Amino acid sequence: MIASLSVILICQLIGEVIVRGLRVPVPGPVVGLALLFVVLITRDRFPILARGPLRDNAVEGAAKGMLAHLSLLFVPAGVGVVQQLDLLAHHGLAIFVILAASVLVTLVVTVGTFLITSRLMRRGRSAS
Amino acid sequence: MTGNPFSLWVYLSQTPLLWLTVTLVVYAIADAASLATHRNPLMNPVLHSIWIVGLFLHVTGTSYTTYFSGAQFVHFLLGPATVALAVPLYENRKTVMSAIVPMLMALVVGCITAIVSVVLFAEAAGLPREIVLSLAPKSVTAGVAMGISETLGANPAITAVATVLTGIMGAIVVTPTMNRLGITDFRARGFAVGLASHGIGTARAFQVDEVAGVFAGIAMGLNALVTSLLVPVAATLLLR
Repeated sequence: MIASLSVILICQLIGEVIVRGLRVPVPGPVVGLALLFVVLITRDRFPILARGPLRDNAVEGAAKGMLAHLSLLFVPAGVGVVQQLDLLAHHGLAIFVILAASVLVTLVVTVGTFLITSRLMRRGRSAS
Repeated sequence: MTGNPFSLWVYLSQTPLLWLTVTLVVYAIADAASLATHRNPLMNPVLHSIWIVGLFLHVTGTSYTTYFSGAQFVHFLLGPATVALAVPLYENRKTVMSAIVPMLMALVVGCITAIVSVVLFAEAAGLPREIVLSLAPKSVTAGVAMGISETLGANPAITAVATVLTGIMGAIVVTPTMNRLGITDFRARGFAVGLASHGIGTARAFQVDEVAGVFAGIAMGLNALVTSLLVPVAATLLLR
């Protein structure tokens, strides 16, 4: 558990170092994500690396445990934001309706584009 | 122990322990209620935890700074959780690789829709220019959205509020909307909610289906990138 968490933190740490060092406009944890992905792929290729937290789904378990409660992690920031709801005092209702409408339109258009493209590709593949 | 309960409260209310405990307990209850109702969208644990904790702070007259001294330990985990997204991505990499083209198409079309729809609706409602600009990046994760808002000369605080509201709304409406449309492809459902509602939408997707969660995480990351590029363009084209 602790070893698995350490692997995740080390990936994030290296990510932060790379981002600061090279001044790339990407968040450190995103580079950390890429690193952990590469670590897992490399481990599959070279079985000798399958030790400690990289064995028996240890890192995998820790990561999934964290993601199962992803919702919790948004609570502290969310509380801060809700305290500022009075910023919307004048146009509150209008903004609320606009955001709801935009979310709905975005969801439907995105899911539609995904499905249509996916269907066209499948048809193209079966035709050829 | 002091005999005076007030001095005990003064002591506890200044320690991280109390506010960390409040955050975890309120979330645990909200999550249990969500599970008990079979993940009913209206029982969204983020939504209910936020208002309950907010109300508690309001009633006890606690400042956000004091609260955050305890809650920061939870907030910190957002970074490691982002790294942790590598694991489901790795386990589902074949599914992801076979959907690259639909993802890229949905990314571009969805990102433009997210920006253009909110700008047009806000203009039609006659909102002031500063607010229109502040709402434009609302579909990406709060940190990135506030950065975009700042470069546009808009109000990052309004952007933060709009971002959280967008996240919660998307997390609530996605399941009923997709079910009504008869969409059963969890890759597409997840991708849509990650794009429209960033992390809060992604958290919802992971509660419903792992594949949906993976695609939501990818959409959230890619959309942060594309939105940063497109919002300034859209702002100059749409608002003259």
